[in-house]
Amino acid sequence: MKHFFRTDAQPSVATRCVLSTLLFALLIAGYLIGSYSRHLENPHDNVMPTLSQMLDGVKRSAFERDRNGDLRLWLDTFASACRFGMALGVIGLAIPLGVGMGLFPYVEALFYRFLVFFDKIPALSVLPILFIIFGLDELSKIALIIIGVFPTVALEAYLRAKTIPQEQIHKAHTLGASEHEIAYRIVLPQIFPKMLDTIRLNLKAAMLLLIAGESLAATVGLGYRIFVVRRYVAMDIIIPYVLWMTILLFLTDWCIQWVIRRRYAWLDK
Amino acid sequence: MPRFRSLVAALMVAGLVVTALPHLALARDKFTLAISIYAGWMPWYYAKDQGILKKWAERYKIAIDVVEMDYIPSIEAYVAGKVDAAVMTNMEALDMPARSGIDTSVLIVGDYSNGNDALLVRGIADVKGLKGTAVSLVELSVSHYLLARALEMHGVKESELKVVNTSDSDIGPAFIANKSQKAVVTWNPMVMTIEQTPGVSKIFDSSKIPGEILDLLVANTKVLNEDARFAEALVGAWYEVMGLMSQRGPDADKVLTAMAQRSNASLNEYKAQLRTTAMFWTPEAAIDYTRGTEIKEKMDFVRNFCFKHGLLGENASSVDVVGISYPDGTIQGDSRNVKLRFDTRVMEKARTGQLRQN
Repeated sequence: MKHFFRTDAQPSVATRCVLSTLLFALLIAGYLIGSYSRHLENPHDNVMPTLSQMLDGVKRSAFERDRNGDLRLWLDTFASACRFGMALGVIGLAIPLGVGMGLFPYVEALFYRFLVFFDKIPALSVLPILFIIFGLDELSKIALIIIGVFPTVALEAYLRAKTIPQEQIHKAHTLGASEHEIAYRIVLPQIFPKMLDTIRLNLKAAMLLLIAGESLAATVGLGYRIFVVRRYVAMDIIIPYVLWMTILLFLTDWCIQWVIRRRYAWLDK
Repeated sequence: MPRFRSLVAALMVAGLVVTALPHLALARDKFTLAISIYAGWMPWYYAKDQGILKKWAERYKIAIDVVEMDYIPSIEAYVAGKVDAAVMTNMEALDMPARSGIDTSVLIVGDYSNGNDALLVRGIADVKGLKGTAVSLVELSVSHYLLARALEMHGVKESELKVVNTSDSDIGPAFIANKSQKAVVTWNPMVMTIEQTPGVSKIFDSSKIPGEILDLLVANTKVLNEDARFAEALVGAWYEVMGLMSQRGPDADKVLTAMAQRSNASLNEYKAQLRTTAMFWTPEAAIDYTRGTEIKEKMDFVRNFCFKHGLLGENASSVDVVGISYPDGTIQGDSRNVKLRFDTRVMEKARTGQLRQN
């Protein structure tokens, strides 16, 4: 262990593997021990379900029709993915808006201070108002995600657009580029991959807002299910659902990273 | 391999800590009660604030820690074994702790909802008219139970309408603001607020199913068996507050005002809520109801609802998986898996004055 805090340490591949899996193993082991001891005391325990109970929960959620004849895991995933996708689509518009703010002083004057202020509103605390304005249907859930994440992304795009050297813009002008071309053919492509990163890092916030929206009024959705089965302490369903959401989010994150690496290989070179 | 050995040692320590945790709680003088806000449970807040519970705990030489929580989290804490007693309805007592294998005893049957839960509508004449509409409610709660009972009595199937799960914190304002919402099931104080909205009418409420939605104080049977003092102190404090509330005149008003304030209502609003709550003011009344035959029929409705909606476990084979025992020794359901016990012994002590008086 004497190399542990050396900046020039070179752990072997095997050591790396062991260290990377160590915390996962500890977490799982800790859970299994806890679950086992709770089941010794109470065989009906479902606060910390055993692996087989959870597998059964997965089977019931994903592969067997429930009382209403639904394969609910897929139904929930689809409903949540739709909401998530629509919200992300709108949030994507924050990028051109941010670029516009960064380049055109009139646009900046109109939007900048408002967005800075808007960004500070904790979206969750205005949920009741959203329900009143947008109703209890899809719109309010999507609006919640947008309100929470849109300003952040727009402001990030604004800051990034501001970092583009003024010389480049002058150069484009002298070469005869239109204002429009400067903004969306010169500045936007340069900052776009970084903006993908911003969206990637905001996925978790978006997910939290989605779950919050679904927990308050819904008939289907991943967040909805978690809150409803809580009514009978069905942790054997909740834990697999949480893992499933984590995996989905992880994969989305990974896909965006992959796109950045493949399409924007020039980035940071 | 010294580093490997230290790793193993660390793992063992971690394992020991995790396994030892549940056992640390044994043999003690300190107990925890979780309470949540509801008209019929406000006496607990009064007992806490005025030191009545502390006085009773001291008589029994124990300490009772009262934690104020939201309703469902408080039951979850009880199921997880983090609190020893909690307030809940008969339905949650059955489908949360009892079905999770936590042997639970009902110490106090405090009241039943006699209009506190209601089905409110816009432009619908009766329960039959609900067909094809979306009904907002907290899914799998007593509201859902009330709706199921209303539908059953009027020959409508639940599949003929759509249930929209809506959080109790938003259900009132959302229904009032959105004229497009046609039906809602909720409880007081939300019912009172919604009812005042023009164009809204009440077509069913819990006074049509009296005695079915019971508000209880339950405690972990294992904890009670180890130490009877906790239960006696709780019951003693409860009936002392019941005595204060049920006297007439300005003294009672003072008590009720304190409770109203704690539930964020005016005295008149709180009194209105109490009118739709059938309180068992005395141990006699509660014991009579608990020993009667009616409670068994009512519990049968409740457990059948729970079973049909998967609340006794999604793979539960029958409504009988969880056993419920009554003071006369009869058992509903599996006699080898009795997890919910209506027990009048401590209330009986309160009735006959056998609780410690100083």
